[in-house]
Amino acid sequence: MKPIWYFVGLILLTMGIVLAAAGIYDLISHTESKSILGELYPSIWWGALMIIVGLVYIVKNKNVKIE
Amino acid sequence: MSTIGLNFVEWIIIVIYFLFVIGIGFYLKKFTKNEEDFFLAGRRNTAWVAGLAFLSANLGALELLGMTGNTFKYGMYVAHFYWIGAIPAMLFLGIYMMPFYYSSKIKSIPGYLKLRFDEKTRVLNGIAFGVMTLLVSGINLYAMALVLHTFLGWNWDVSMWMSAVTVAFYVTLSGLLSAIFTEIIQFFLIWFGLFLVSILGIVEIGSIQEIFNRVPESFNTLWSTSGDPSQNGMLISWGGIVLGLGFVLSFGYWTTDFLVVQRAFSAKNLRTARMTPILASFFKMAVPFIVILTGLIAIVLANDPNSGFALLKDGGQVNYDSALPLLIARYYPSGLVGLGVTALLAGFMAGQAGNISAFNTVWTYDIYKSVINRKASDTHLLWMGRVATVVGVIVSLGTAYWAKSFPSIMDYMQAIFSWVNAPLFATMLLGMFIIWITPNGAFWGLVLGMGSSIIMYLAVKFEWISLSLLTLSDVSSDMAANFWRAWWAWLICFAATIIISLFTKKKPKEELVGLVKGLTPESLDKDIKLTKKPEFWAVLSLIVLIILNIYYW
Repeated sequence: MKPIWYFVGLILLTMGIVLAAAGIYDLISHTESKSILGELYPSIWWGALMIIVGLVYIVKNKNVKIE
Repeated sequence: MSTIGLNFVEWIIIVIYFLFVIGIGFYLKKFTKNEEDFFLAGRRNTAWVAGLAFLSANLGALELLGMTGNTFKYGMYVAHFYWIGAIPAMLFLGIYMMPFYYSSKIKSIPGYLKLRFDEKTRVLNGIAFGVMTLLVSGINLYAMALVLHTFLGWNWDVSMWMSAVTVAFYVTLSGLLSAIFTEIIQFFLIWFGLFLVSILGIVEIGSIQEIFNRVPESFNTLWSTSGDPSQNGMLISWGGIVLGLGFVLSFGYWTTDFLVVQRAFSAKNLRTARMTPILASFFKMAVPFIVILTGLIAIVLANDPNSGFALLKDGGQVNYDSALPLLIARYYPSGLVGLGVTALLAGFMAGQAGNISAFNTVWTYDIYKSVINRKASDTHLLWMGRVATVVGVIVSLGTAYWAKSFPSIMDYMQAIFSWVNAPLFATMLLGMFIIWITPNGAFWGLVLGMGSSIIMYLAVKFEWISLSLLTLSDVSSDMAANFWRAWWAWLICFAATIIISLFTKKKPKEELVGLVKGLTPESLDKDIKLTKKPEFWAVLSLIVLIILNIYYW
């Protein structure tokens, strides 16, 4: 079976893409954020971090199989 | 009460999580071929997998909502649960106790009691553990319902039933194997979903130092106010922390609670099993940087009239457990709220799945097979494990309503642990390290320990005796009462077991080989290099623990 780390990578990558996309949409559409510190656009950089970590896990475990 | 509400993107994040969890359950079902796969995840896990699952089984809703809420209520002293109240016990488990557990090839902790003592001690502990697990399981349901109630405004009853059905479906598919997989996913989601709250809180307030400066002195130290209980938020002395939490409750939980130890049993060999709690100890020490820090941030904001931050109230009573969900709502913009809610839901799912997978194992092996149907086949036991999962979840629903009546989750938890785990630790300690402890000594010691703990709880609750009689202090909190009650229950069990053992029949030595120190070969990991040895990592973990305690003294 695939190792758990592969699934960890997949879920981080998927969620990271959704978050970063939502953050970029807010940025370019100038949506007013209701959250405190919303002007820092944490969705973008936090989403980007999740994408990077997710990709690392996927690439490292792409061809790994465990008994 | 106004609710926070979720938008389309946030729902997508939550749906992605549920699809992954259910998808993994289906994916793993084809690898769950026999009862060992279902109950012990096939005994093939590495130290990293078992170690993160070991920690994550404990890092449920209790840790996230309860500890943040408790920091708001008691202050920095809550960090003791992560440091002195966890690390020494985890290291002790890895270094000294795991060889007895793992080498005897048992499937559960009560299974060890059967080998070391007798059937009646096993059944007594099996029943006590089963009841405790379902009570704790109710906490997870309650916490899940709290999240859904706070964010979505869902009715309490609907939230709890929805949660229960989801977990029953998912754990029934592939037992411990899928529980461990999702626990690890949950570990990552918690860090990515919640650590950002700490980061944004620090940014808003200015710095970590500023947070400490703006928290009352009785709430921002670890040990320096422990000489006088009236000077700290938990109203407890260092003696209560060290004896009650650091020794009895901590060792009782981390070394004998099957919920966490079961993850180490899934390791592929003894060295891996020993490394499991030691590796987990490093991550455990880091958890306060999510929960304690956010609790302190909540205190600072609540004390600042300009912040607009206040905890929720239920029927006029402050709901401490609402601190973390409210901080998520405060800091997280569109999209990220979904991740924060998912992290909380994931914590709930893992905690609930952990409790239920431990319950179904103990019910199936230590009660059903041991007492009700001794000739059950492996296929029948696998079926029974799945039935126990569903029944366990249904019973948890009732306990969830009881959990709701407590002022904070951790008070409820520690009350339960002081009834079951504290005396059991005395039994285990004596059983593993003293050859002449007898089956009758263990059984009656356990009965007296658990009975006295429950009687002490009721006596204080109904004011038959003064709380100060237990805590040896005129001022004390619910938590201080839990710590001291655990200590007395342990002491009663310890003394009773020794005294009764002096007058009752011992087990022959040949039946105790591999189960007791002195009758077990000690050639563990002697021919491997230093950095591969569990002892090396245990010492390193202990050094980090000492540094943290001195730094936050």
